[in-house]
Amino acid sequence: MDLSYSPEEQAFQAEVRGFLATHLPEHISSAVRAGGELSKEIMEEWHALLNAKGWLATTWPTAFGGPGWSPVERHIFEEECCRAYAPRIVPFGVSMLGPVLQKFGSKTQQDHYLPRILDGTDWWCQGYSEPGAGSDLASLKTRAVRDGDHYVINGQKTWTTLGQHADWIFCLCRTDPEAKPQAGISFILVDLNTPGIEMRPIKLIEGGHEVNEVFFTDVRVPLSNLVGEENKGWTIAKYLLTHERTGIAGVGFSIQALEEVKALARKLRRGGRPLIEDPLFAARLARVEVDLEAMKITNLRMLFQAQKQGAPGPETSILKIKGTLINQELRDLARRALGPLAAPMGVATESNLLFGPPDTGNNAARYFNNRKTSIFGGSNEIQRNILTKTMLEL
Amino acid sequence: MDFTPTETRQMLADSLRRYLAEQYPADHRNAVAYDAPYHDPANWAELVELGVLHALVPEEAGGFGGTGFDVTTVFETLGAALCPEPVLPALIAANLLASARQDVTPLMEGSRTYAAAWMEPEAPYALQDITMTASAKDGGYRLSGRKSLVYGGAAASHILVAARLNGTLALFEMQASDATLEAYGMIDGGGAAELLMDNTEARLLLADATTAWERALEAATLALCAEAVGAMQWAYDTTLDYLKQRKQFGVPIGTFQVLQHRTVDLLMEIEQARSITIKAASEFGGPETARYTSMAKHLIGRAARQVAEEAIQMHGGIAMTWEYPLSHYAKRLTMLDAQLGDTDEHLGRLIAGYAG
Repeated sequence: MDLSYSPEEQAFQAEVRGFLATHLPEHISSAVRAGGELSKEIMEEWHALLNAKGWLATTWPTAFGGPGWSPVERHIFEEECCRAYAPRIVPFGVSMLGPVLQKFGSKTQQDHYLPRILDGTDWWCQGYSEPGAGSDLASLKTRAVRDGDHYVINGQKTWTTLGQHADWIFCLCRTDPEAKPQAGISFILVDLNTPGIEMRPIKLIEGGHEVNEVFFTDVRVPLSNLVGEENKGWTIAKYLLTHERTGIAGVGFSIQALEEVKALARKLRRGGRPLIEDPLFAARLARVEVDLEAMKITNLRMLFQAQKQGAPGPETSILKIKGTLINQELRDLARRALGPLAAPMGVATESNLLFGPPDTGNNAARYFNNRKTSIFGGSNEIQRNILTKTMLEL
Repeated sequence: MDFTPTETRQMLADSLRRYLAEQYPADHRNAVAYDAPYHDPANWAELVELGVLHALVPEEAGGFGGTGFDVTTVFETLGAALCPEPVLPALIAANLLASARQDVTPLMEGSRTYAAAWMEPEAPYALQDITMTASAKDGGYRLSGRKSLVYGGAAASHILVAARLNGTLALFEMQASDATLEAYGMIDGGGAAELLMDNTEARLLLADATTAWERALEAATLALCAEAVGAMQWAYDTTLDYLKQRKQFGVPIGTFQVLQHRTVDLLMEIEQARSITIKAASEFGGPETARYTSMAKHLIGRAARQVAEEAIQMHGGIAMTWEYPLSHYAKRLTMLDAQLGDTDEHLGRLIAGYAG
């Protein structure tokens, strides 16, 4: 048993820390610290800085221009990025489509798309969910019908995160309506400039614009945009869901949240004393701090397994469930600490003036927005089904 | 980073597990755990022979272990077998003797059996609540009054006692035969005793023993966490087997989603409990021992009760019977929360760290 990083890993950690200290611009980290929506420009600026260092596509092997990191190195990188308040890397191109093309794409597709993901030429978004296909993704209805050397796509996708910035969308479409639900699905790349596509914003619970719905009406896409084999898209979808599982616990973000809550609860006073000394508030805080401390080790144990086995196992669903519950609890405490002062909507509030950072007037909005984490990426109930099948074998 | 146990600890765990499986099956355990002397002296001698006590004592005191991971290795294995032998009082006593620079060899070799007496009816958890005060007489010391829940007290030849001397918590030793011990079995198995003293002669081992008591009870708290992890895993495995076998409405009850998701919740809590115990073991002996031990005991208290109650509920009536072994695991898991600080007590200690 040894919970510390090896000398090589410690050196790597120091290198990452040094890079972030010198290359992460102040205006970017303070935007992340503020906790609101990040502009496209900020995300692109950060991606470009990482790409220049060769650190953007953290999961890619060196053959495709990635850094070839081990699971532990990726974990250290993510941990340090959180500590420094760097933006989260937008996952759709680098973490999702990239590995799919590397595994299932043709040489032509790899040569064309992968460099454009790295240099930011193409911003990708994900076309999976539909109004009638959420947790039951395999029931999706968007149709792609062959017509000469094109597919003609009709249907609707939804919950398309940051689609408003995107140039391309990767879609799961039904290509064989006669087959069993999972067997008739294909993975198709679609240029969002193609005629017949309309993207509409969905305003979220806290008022932000993060997700969209996408309508396809007779959209003609070249057959060469099919990834892998026709009707084998479900295999790709499953690969994508199980491939990139490090960081799923969001430990780094919960550490940020814990520090913020503590700082806030030391500044705020109730009954003349710091809120953090209020026994009922402190009990809630200490309880979740213990859960997070345990989560850090659970995360490392699973990383250690992934490193040994070469791939993360199904037990990583535990990280998703527990990790999101912990993060949601912390975001609740940040909102709760401010009490009624959390209610004013928007950034420049009186409470901001009163307490300064980390209260940026966003704590209620972040709490509401964060309810999404136990729903997306396979809801926590779906994760429990996965664990039932794989770990419990029931 | 490495989460595999060392070869030596793996061997210790394996031989202890094998021994308990062969020599301490559930029916034997239940036959000895609830009637005087509340354990099996022959098994105890064999556990001592196996080196279980040596594993709890550091090399400088004559043992071959004593680190956090040695303690958790032994107690996780004991917990999985629900072993009622008085290893916990031996661990506490070994730590106290080592702190007082006393010879630990007779304890490790089994020629002396020690119990530790610190709790009082109104001092179940915090050491600062202890009020018993020693009086000086004829160049020696005398103790009067009652100590509660002296684990392993009935089987002990010597008792280590916590009492105040000039206001400071001190460490005394007495012969068990010099005092009155009212022995009883506990609801979750194993024995304890009330220690009644009336001007009883006691030898002073350490005048300022606050740190020594803290260290000994931190070791014991870590041990309880590991014991709980072993017992929780057993209860979980047993419940999972039952979900696959037991049929109602014509199907195994494990096909019901409501039970599946609750079982997943147990799996998650046990993994979290295991993680925080690993963390506490790795910090054990360092400057933050108290903080991480409290984190572990707090989380264990929550998880152990959840596992105990859910395991009974998902089994149904069978788990309410004395005959079904799970019921005894459930009692142990529930009652160990109330040893050495329950989940609220340790949360309180963590919260105290927020002030200032």
